Amino acid sequence: MKLVEKNMTKHTFTHLDALESESIHIMREVAAECKNPALLFSGGKDSIVMLRLAEKAFRPAKFPFPLVHIDTEHNFPEVIATRDKLASDLGERLIVRSLEDSIKRGTIVIKDESKPRNPYQSVTLLETIEEFGFDACLGGARRDEEKARAKERIFSFRDEFGQWDPKNQRPELWDTYNTRVNAGENIRVFPISNWTETDIWEYIGRENLHIPNIYFAHEREVIRRGGNVIPVSELVQPKPGEKVEVATVRFRTVGDMTCTAPVESTASTVEEIIAETATTRITERGATRMDDQTSEASMELRKKEGYF
Amino acid sequence: MDTNTQLLRFVTAGSVDDGKSTLIGRLLHDSKSIFEDQFSAISKTSEKRGMASVDLSLLTDGLQAEREQGITIDVAYRYFATPKRKFIIGDTPGHEQYTRNMVTAASTANLAIILIDARKGVLTQTKRHSYLASLLNVPHVVLAVNKMDMVDYSQARFDEIVSEYKAFAAQLDLHDVHCIPLSALNGDMVVDRGENLDWYKGPALLEFLEEVEIDHDVNTSDFRFPVQWVCRPQTNEHHDFRGFAGRIEGGEISVGDEITILPSGRTTTVKEIVTYDGNLATAFAPQSVTLTLNDEIDISRGDMFVKTSAHPPKVEKEFEATLCWLAEAPLDKSRKYLVKHTTRSAKCLFSRLDYRVDVNTLEQHAVEKLNMNDIARVAINVQSPLVFDSYDIDRSTGSFIVIDEANNNTVAAGMIA
Repeated sequence: MKLVEKNMTKHTFTHLDALESESIHIMREVAAECKNPALLFSGGKDSIVMLRLAEKAFRPAKFPFPLVHIDTEHNFPEVIATRDKLASDLGERLIVRSLEDSIKRGTIVIKDESKPRNPYQSVTLLETIEEFGFDACLGGARRDEEKARAKERIFSFRDEFGQWDPKNQRPELWDTYNTRVNAGENIRVFPISNWTETDIWEYIGRENLHIPNIYFAHEREVIRRGGNVIPVSELVQPKPGEKVEVATVRFRTVGDMTCTAPVESTASTVEEIIAETATTRITERGATRMDDQTSEASMELRKKEGYF
Repeated sequence: MDTNTQLLRFVTAGSVDDGKSTLIGRLLHDSKSIFEDQFSAISKTSEKRGMASVDLSLLTDGLQAEREQGITIDVAYRYFATPKRKFIIGDTPGHEQYTRNMVTAASTANLAIILIDARKGVLTQTKRHSYLASLLNVPHVVLAVNKMDMVDYSQARFDEIVSEYKAFAAQLDLHDVHCIPLSALNGDMVVDRGENLDWYKGPALLEFLEEVEIDHDVNTSDFRFPVQWVCRPQTNEHHDFRGFAGRIEGGEISVGDEITILPSGRTTTVKEIVTYDGNLATAFAPQSVTLTLNDEIDISRGDMFVKTSAHPPKVEKEFEATLCWLAEAPLDKSRKYLVKHTTRSAKCLFSRLDYRVDVNTLEQHAVEKLNMNDIARVAINVQSPLVFDSYDIDRSTGSFIVIDEANNNTVAAGMIA
């Protein structure tokens, strides 16, 4: 192998280098100490960054865990295509479990097909954890996303019902992580806890990562409903009186199609997105997740129920 | 694209009364790190609570339970960036579980901001915060003398507080203390200099946070590499590859350097420094890398590589440490606990409790048992030897956590000396 000629003096250890090294260290800790971990992978930008970090942590070996996707079947087709392509390019094992499986089992009862499916995701996730006996799930959540996450540990414990107890978290000091769990419990581990939306974009640019094209500006049919811009899809059709228009938009997050709103933007490169993120005045989830706008505590409540 | 901005982590120490949340709110607001939806949420809440202006302190209230009770229950992490640096704030609440929370947030901090109310001067809590910052060996301290607007921006009052603080701080092992007068409420000397403190010629708070030199906050001289994970691909392409993955916790290493593997004491030389982006000639703390070696030696997780020529760490089964007890259940001297130190875990017994330190007065008291938030000098016996440094030499190889195997809780944090 050739030697890298980059002059790695102490002065060129940037914030991205520091965040990357911390994340690699966390992933290796999971690989070394947990018996049966998994990496939750959706095909969204944060989980794509997670895959690159896993390559950095474990190559030239294979990942010491499978990739797992809990599919709401409300996903954008571009995201699913990216998910499958990345897993196959990396030669890593991808396990997909769908909300449909839980619906068939009767553990999820859907009341309205056009409503977001995020609230049900935790049911299928917990069933998948049980099916494979995972004791640790690596996830790409970040603390800057939401108030409840700002207080969550990097190694975050779930009881046997998958519940998070914010008042009873283990202290987390230095880079010494307590990875121990009792039988039936498991850990969610968030290696990119300390990354911000801007860090993610800068890293995507630096590493030249392939992300679904719907993150970039494109023309799309949308309707305007209650202050939100909503993409028209087979799941979301205009109601009587609503007008379909074509707008130039991009997605800042790519979740459930029924509740993920694009933002109006002309940013078509990573550089333009970074510039836009630097000047934007609305938080990522605030702008794009209608399910988080319901109440000030909606994320906290969903986390307590076992959501991510 | 990959700008040369460094990462600085800091902890804020002080109570709501000192204006701590207002200060953080001011830093975020004036550096334009608050988003409109966050601002409109706290505006609504301020209005609901009958406040005349927007309460910036509400930005740091996280959980529903806290909002209902108007308290903060745990460490929260906040993020903001300027063109020069990216910042992580460890925000700790100021009530009774203070010690536990501040110790947690300070353990990873480059810098501690200790807030003082200019009207009140140096209080017991100021001493407590300063003691904890010195105990956790936080490399830089800013004494932020807040509420200068309430003392007519008086230079004499500021000088009086600074000299009182410096007299006290001389008893502590604080390395780098800077004192800044400011008003978080009005924004003087936080991000902008304002017009009221013209007599102060030093940097405003944010300017100081952007400029303080942090390259030497990690141990740059003694190479320390705890083996975290052994990389054995066992594929055709990498049939014989056997790499030792880990994070460099001190010093630097180059290809060809002679290393000693502890605790075994075997020596060899570094063959390659492997990273995903290509092999390196030299690597340094805190990089995560994979090392391959020129000799086949039995090595596993928990072993530590050091440079043969360097100042060696200790390899012992008994050591003394300062312990901060974090759990509600008190320490039980008759029980075995688990120590996790770097990448090695071992059963341990507390063989001696020497004394407890009163964090308010720094006085030492005889001690029979340790309760939550107690800080004590102890002696520890471990089942198998640990490879460690004194905490003041290396924060990574000099620190450990204690786990109660009965419930798997983290019950204590320790600093070896």
